[in-house]
Amino acid sequence: MPFNRKPQKFNAQIKAVEIGVGEKAIKIGGENILPFYTFDGDMGNTPKVGVEISDMGLEGAVAGIVSYYEGCTTAAEMAKKAAEMEGADFVALSLEGGDPNGANKSTEELVAVAKEVADAIDLPLVVEGCKNVEKDSELLVKVAEALQGKNVLVLAAKEENYKAVGAAAGLAYNQKVGAESAVDINLAKQLNVVMTQLGVKPESVVMNVGTAAVGYGYEYVVSTMDRIKAAALAQSDTTLQMPIITPVASETWSVKESLAEEADAPEWGSREERGISMEIQTAAADLVSGSNAVILRHPQSVATIAKMIKELA
Amino acid sequence: MALNGIQIFKLTPKKNCKECGCPTCMAFSMKVAQGALDISACPHMSAEALESLSAATAPPMKTIKVGKGDAEYTLGGETVLYRHEKTFVSKTRYAVSVCSDMDDATIDAKIDEAGKVDYDRIGEQMHVEMLYVNCCEGTAADRYVEIVKKAAATGKTLVLGVKDVEIAKAALEVCKDAKPILNGADASNYAEMSAVATAAGVVLGVSGANLDELYDTVAALEKAGNKELVIDTTGATIKETFENTVQVRRAALKNEDRTFGYPSIVNVSKLTKDDKYMAQALASVFTMKYGSIVVLPEMTYADALPLFGLRQNVFTDPQKPMKVAPGIYPLNGADENSIIITTVDFALTYFVVSGELERSGVPMNLVINDAGGLSVLTSWAAGKFSSGSIAKFFQEEVEPKLKCRKMIIPGKVAVLKGDLEAKLPGWEIIVAPREAVELVKFFKDMQANGEL
Repeated sequence: MPFNRKPQKFNAQIKAVEIGVGEKAIKIGGENILPFYTFDGDMGNTPKVGVEISDMGLEGAVAGIVSYYEGCTTAAEMAKKAAEMEGADFVALSLEGGDPNGANKSTEELVAVAKEVADAIDLPLVVEGCKNVEKDSELLVKVAEALQGKNVLVLAAKEENYKAVGAAAGLAYNQKVGAESAVDINLAKQLNVVMTQLGVKPESVVMNVGTAAVGYGYEYVVSTMDRIKAAALAQSDTTLQMPIITPVASETWSVKESLAEEADAPEWGSREERGISMEIQTAAADLVSGSNAVILRHPQSVATIAKMIKELA
Repeated sequence: MALNGIQIFKLTPKKNCKECGCPTCMAFSMKVAQGALDISACPHMSAEALESLSAATAPPMKTIKVGKGDAEYTLGGETVLYRHEKTFVSKTRYAVSVCSDMDDATIDAKIDEAGKVDYDRIGEQMHVEMLYVNCCEGTAADRYVEIVKKAAATGKTLVLGVKDVEIAKAALEVCKDAKPILNGADASNYAEMSAVATAAGVVLGVSGANLDELYDTVAALEKAGNKELVIDTTGATIKETFENTVQVRRAALKNEDRTFGYPSIVNVSKLTKDDKYMAQALASVFTMKYGSIVVLPEMTYADALPLFGLRQNVFTDPQKPMKVAPGIYPLNGADENSIIITTVDFALTYFVVSGELERSGVPMNLVINDAGGLSVLTSWAAGKFSSGSIAKFFQEEVEPKLKCRKMIIPGKVAVLKGDLEAKLPGWEIIVAPREAVELVKFFKDMQANGEL
């Protein structure tokens, strides 16, 4: 008696969102199955991998990343190099230098960087703010304006600044907008609802439902994504059918497993190897939990995760 | 399928004899249906009724025990596909693979390296629990037995990957008392392998060319009376392996197909060859998706730190938050004169806060209070993180050990400042920002103002 396969069929699907323009534009989402359950049905678009660069250059980066970008002096040059990375589907520019508690670069300066980067590459661009809600509500609005026509994804509108960021990126300048919430299905849903009430089309929204490095409260990430995909597909909850993007690198490269120098933890071995492993394992876990795109930094992680997606999809 | 109370009631003798401790047979049936009582508590059940009931009320996935003593592990017994539905019960166990075609030096190095990973993470000792000893084709029995002996000497639980019945027998002779797994049955040899495993009293691993063959082989083994099984879901490709592993678990838990209700073995090292980075990615994938035992090509600290962290998170009971042990945690080379900062024992709070504190580079002592494993505001609201509890903890645990009398408290409980100053004479209480991300700047400012 053969094994009786019972495919899990859903009458709903995740929305497909397009980022970028031209030949290299990508679509994320569009699946009506659970992550990589290709034996149940159509996967839509395969998950995508982004390479993160920063306006702050290579501050604190490990040797493998530094050597990859050897010779690059500007963000635009780094972006070009990032776009050539094996496995890269898009480039993510982090404007972390805008943080008032950090380098506190001016909005004008950062908008110029974003523009330079967008003009240098033909891969789709994701622009990440500096995480300070006040600064981002000004910075990301200006970025969305300056990059009109590029169809970039702006990360991210939060509960505190969705009116400014959502209205600019999603409505006025016709970009795609990220909706960032803190690892809770209800917060994710609420933000999507208020953004759409603002007039942003659901097809223009990508969720960042919050993330963590594995080992750092990651169980909340798993359960949040599991529940969101279940609500979107099994219960046809249209307010949760947006695809999910997860900025992995910024979390995984800032935990002690990736920061501790070999001298401080000799038994742990190479810092670079630890950082890569942390990035790869977190990204893999995010993807099987339902992320439609991940943002990584190390060339080895990008190549490995891209290959893993190809193998599984 | 679990039966309801009425269905069970129909099978009882309906005598209301009270011997089971319940006033009526109906009440007894309801309790059995809820899982509060076992059906065997009724002394008057007929044999047929018992059999049909225990089959119907049996868990959807069997719990299998392997190994012995300290190295005994429970596999399977899961009831849900997602941790938020209830909880996962048996965590994924990791095995490092050695193969009979490797030279001795390589095998020794691998076994040695696997033993080096051994550390504590929030009260859980992390180490490689198993060794997978693979017997590739053409290996002589003596050679294989020699490697098995070497692996057995580590005290780790063994998984013997061997398809040859005679070699399996010889290998079990030297290690069966430690209850290894004999991962060797397939469609061609299952009857003989099952006999060998049963004679040695060990769990049998079953594999198949595809899901159908696997299903038939498991069904045949069950029919022959062997229910001490694990299913090797490794396929020819990564994609096939993922499908097999998900399908087997889903069939058992969602579709109540008990033939697939056994723990799984996923042999990642077979799929990734020399690509150690792909092995890391797949280790993570199969920890998330239903690998009971995941076999890896190696386990260095780089592999282990994220993987064991992931496992610890995923297998946390959602109803019981992870806690860190209360006490004094010196950071950045702190001594007894370093400034003191305090917070609750909720693991997530601890991780976020200690991460930021380490990043600040300022030497300090982080004092973790016993707050019932709740977050700052929740424990404060529940009365478990109050000026009274903090003052008591500091008087008993901190004052005898540390000389500094400056304490930084979480911004969310700034309201405790006055009370704490009253209860802890001689202490200066400083209020931190509300969010952990602001801590680095907070300390930078303190340094700039000469307050440290």
